[in-house]
Amino acid sequence: MSISVQQLSKTYGEQKAVDAISFEVKKGEILGFLGPNGAGKSTTMKMLTGYLPPSSGTALLNKLDIVSQPLEVKRCVGYLPENNPLYYDMYVKEFLAFIHQIHLPGDKQMQKNIQQAIELVGLQAEQHKKIGQLSKGYKQRVGLAQALLHHPDILILDEPTTGLDPNQLADIRQLIKDLGKEKTIIFSTHIMQEVEAVCDRVIIISKGRLVADDRPGNLQSRLSGSVAVEVEFAAPASADALRQLELVHRIDTHSETHFTLHGKDSIQLRKDLFAWAVSQHNPLLTIKQETKSLEDIFQQLTANAAR
Amino acid sequence: MRAILQKEINLFFSSLIAYISMSVFFIVMGLNLFVFEGNIPDSQYATLDSFFTLAPWVLIFLIPAITMRTFADERQSGTLELLSTQPVTDTQIVLGKYLATLLLWLFTFLPTLLYFVAVKQLSLTEAPIDSGATWGSYIGLFFLGAVFAAIGIFASSVTGNQIVAFLAGVFMCYLMYDAFFRISSLPVFSGQLDYLIQAAGLNAHYDSISRGVVDTRDIIYFLSVIALFLIATRTALESRKW
Repeated sequence: MSISVQQLSKTYGEQKAVDAISFEVKKGEILGFLGPNGAGKSTTMKMLTGYLPPSSGTALLNKLDIVSQPLEVKRCVGYLPENNPLYYDMYVKEFLAFIHQIHLPGDKQMQKNIQQAIELVGLQAEQHKKIGQLSKGYKQRVGLAQALLHHPDILILDEPTTGLDPNQLADIRQLIKDLGKEKTIIFSTHIMQEVEAVCDRVIIISKGRLVADDRPGNLQSRLSGSVAVEVEFAAPASADALRQLELVHRIDTHSETHFTLHGKDSIQLRKDLFAWAVSQHNPLLTIKQETKSLEDIFQQLTANAAR
Repeated sequence: MRAILQKEINLFFSSLIAYISMSVFFIVMGLNLFVFEGNIPDSQYATLDSFFTLAPWVLIFLIPAITMRTFADERQSGTLELLSTQPVTDTQIVLGKYLATLLLWLFTFLPTLLYFVAVKQLSLTEAPIDSGATWGSYIGLFFLGAVFAAIGIFASSVTGNQIVAFLAGVFMCYLMYDAFFRISSLPVFSGQLDYLIQAAGLNAHYDSISRGVVDTRDIIYFLSVIALFLIATRTALESRKW
């Protein structure tokens, strides 16, 4: 196990920011960390990177304990903090050299490592500028370069894609995916498509508690107890007639010919619909199962926890 | 720690901070010695006394101005989190920043040795000016600046606002330098207590070294005050962990 979190908790006064979270991440896995604002994502990451000590519980990163071996943990972790704080009055290379010096003082590979990191995140064109002069997307790349510089086994990225334009988003996602082939990555986000596109596994936390821990695909099927099927007929059909179908619970009528049926057992429901349409001599134009998106799952899970 | 020291030094010298601090101190003190009322050519006394009387008051403002951004700025911009999640201890961060400030203070301090040379040249009498006392005063002044730097860094570590850090730094420097002396001269304390209260302030030890006797007790006093404020700074950084 590359990362093993055990009953990790953080309490501020009366408030439990993180409440006994446990999970494990295998080497080479990309873990998406989801949750509404204030759910405890950042606090968890701050604890894993040794910025905040946990109130109770602990975590092992590369078999190193965050409580008793904080310096060793920091050596094998690359961290991109939330809001990507950087020294704006430093030059890109000067800043990367500074971080490199801290990790590996006097290392002869420094220039090579810096150049490698710059190329990896695509900063070549901007490498001679001051950080303060860069656009948000490029600042984000500097933050990523900083996290990658010392070749850490584990990357912890707190909202690495906020504020990027769609092209930059795609680039950074691809980068995270590529990095995930050899490194263990935890990253937090608000964007569901990102999770589907990038992550091997998703953890959803809400109010400091872990409410889901699964593959993105499994999460969808686990929660799809009820299905929705959108149908469109060539000729007007009556909603009442459709309601007679055994598996249908509820019908949304969009127009005389266009409905959404809610019911159980998507396959049987669609077979029945087809048979019904044939018996009515009313050709089917559309029949489409609506899958529950991760957004719905997220809302459902976090709303349950709120209650 | 070396990386942090180097970064801070680079920052001082790549911005105007270093040059302004060096020139302000050198020019203000030079004007006071040679141009303004009561200057050496007018008064006909080849002595640096007025320099050593005024310098602490200038430093009370100058050093907190140098140190005010050390931690306040990092706290404000969030880079303190970046720095704290690198493999360095809080002690190394504090020491790196302190040593950088100390070096800048050394660079600000060294040019004023020229005044000593100048005054020596001005002296007409066969007997040169009291070199012992002057060297003592220079040593005392250096330590005074070193203490102010520790105080200024501490003030910067407790807030995210640079102006608050500056004002708090000035106030604490003043307290440590002058307030103990003022309080000790209140009639209530006349007798035994006044000496003790005086000895707690910087003023008494600065004066003591200025007489030309470098007493280990004074040096130990200065070093302890520096250590005290640096430990307090580290505690302020660690307060996030409470």
